[in-house]
Amino acid sequence: MEVKMNGKKAAEQIKEISGTNPLKCMKCGKCSATCPSYNEMDIKPHQFVSYVINEDIDALVNSKSLWKCLSCFACVERCPRDVKPGKLIDAARQLVVRQKGGNYLLADEIPELLDPELPQQLLVSALRRYRR
Amino acid sequence: MKYSYYPGCTLRTKARDLDEYARASALALGFELEEIEDWQCCGGVYPLGTDEIATKLSSVRTLNAAKEKGQDLVTICSACHHVIKRVNDDMRHVDDIRTRANNYMKLEEPYAGETNVLHYLEVLRDRVGFDKLKEKVVNPLKGKKIGAYYGCLLLRPGKIMAFDDPENPKIMEDFIRALGAEPVIYPYRNECCGGYISLKEKQMAQNMCEKIMDSAKGFEADMLITACPLCKYNLCRNGNNSIPVYYFTELLAEALGVKETKEEA
Repeated sequence: MEVKMNGKKAAEQIKEISGTNPLKCMKCGKCSATCPSYNEMDIKPHQFVSYVINEDIDALVNSKSLWKCLSCFACVERCPRDVKPGKLIDAARQLVVRQKGGNYLLADEIPELLDPELPQQLLVSALRRYRR
Repeated sequence: MKYSYYPGCTLRTKARDLDEYARASALALGFELEEIEDWQCCGGVYPLGTDEIATKLSSVRTLNAAKEKGQDLVTICSACHHVIKRVNDDMRHVDDIRTRANNYMKLEEPYAGETNVLHYLEVLRDRVGFDKLKEKVVNPLKGKKIGAYYGCLLLRPGKIMAFDDPENPKIMEDFIRALGAEPVIYPYRNECCGGYISLKEKQMAQNMCEKIMDSAKGFEADMLITACPLCKYNLCRNGNNSIPVYYFTELLAEALGVKETKEEA
C-alpha cells in the first residue's frame, strides 16, 4: 500500500513520537556500520535523519527499511550523538500502522506463519511492531 | 529471601524448561520466586513511542504489584526484562509517561518507579554471589566450552539496562566459570539473532543466526547458552545446527544437581 503523508506535519510527528533531535547528527555513519539489517535496507540508518530533516516522509514510510529494522538498539547504543536512528524509524513505522489499513501483519496470514516450536514471544513482538 | 517473579507468556508455554530449572535452582541456592498474581504479557517489545501509554501499562501493573509486596522483581526472559526495566525507567524519569500511566492506573499511591527490577543472572551475581554459587555446585561442568549468547535485549541501551558493559559483557562468562566450565568469548555474542523478523523474513534471521553460530564455533565453543526463548528459537530453527543451544538455567540446574527435581519446584 502506497502511503501518502503531509511531509511537514509527519516530520514533526516523527520527532515528537521518537523524542529525538535529528539535527544533532554529525553523519559519522556508525549507525549504518553497525546495523545488522544494513544490506536489506534501501534507505540506510544514517540516511533516516536526512529524510526527516528534509521532510521527505513519503519516501521514508514507503521504504523497505521500515520493516527491516530489528529494534536491536545497536545504532541507539553506538551513536556518539544520541540521535537514536532506531527510534526515528520506529516513529515512522508508527505513523503507518496507526493509519486505517496500515497494518503490516494481518491476522489472516498468521496461521501460515506458525510452526510447532514458535514461541509466543515471537508472535506478540511482531504484533506490537507490525500492527495496531 | 523471597522475590516477586514475572515469568511472562513464553516461560509458561514453549519455554517451560527455562522457568522450571530456574525455580528449582533458586530453591537450591536459598531464594524463592513468588509469582505475581494475574500478571499480563509484557508485549514482547518495548513500545518506543514517547506517546505510547496503554502498551506500557501491563508492565506498570507488574511493577506496582511487586512494590505493594515490598519485594524486588525478578525476570528471566530477556524480552520481559527489557520491557519491564525500560518502562520502570520511564516511570522513574519521564514525568509525562508517569502522570499519564498513573491516570489510567488509579492506584491509592501513584507508582513512580520504586521497584527494583533484577534479571535472574543479576540475582546470581549481586545477591547470591558467583563465589557462593561456585560453592554450591555439586556437578561441575568440567571440560565444557560454553559460548554465552547475550543477544541485544539484555544489554542495550546500556544506560537503562545497566546489566553489564554493553560492548564487553562478562556476567554470563563469570556464570559459566562458576559452574566449572570454560567460557568461550566470540565476536558475535552481543549481536542480534533477528528477533521478530523471523516471522515474516526467515532468510534474514538465517543470515544472522549462521553468523553467530559460525563465530562461536570458530572459537571452539561446544554449545551456546541464552536467556531468551526467541534467541533460542531463532538459533535452533534458523541457524545451521552446528552447535546446540541451551537455556542458562538448564546448565545451572545440572551443575547444582537439581535437574531431575524441577517438576517438584
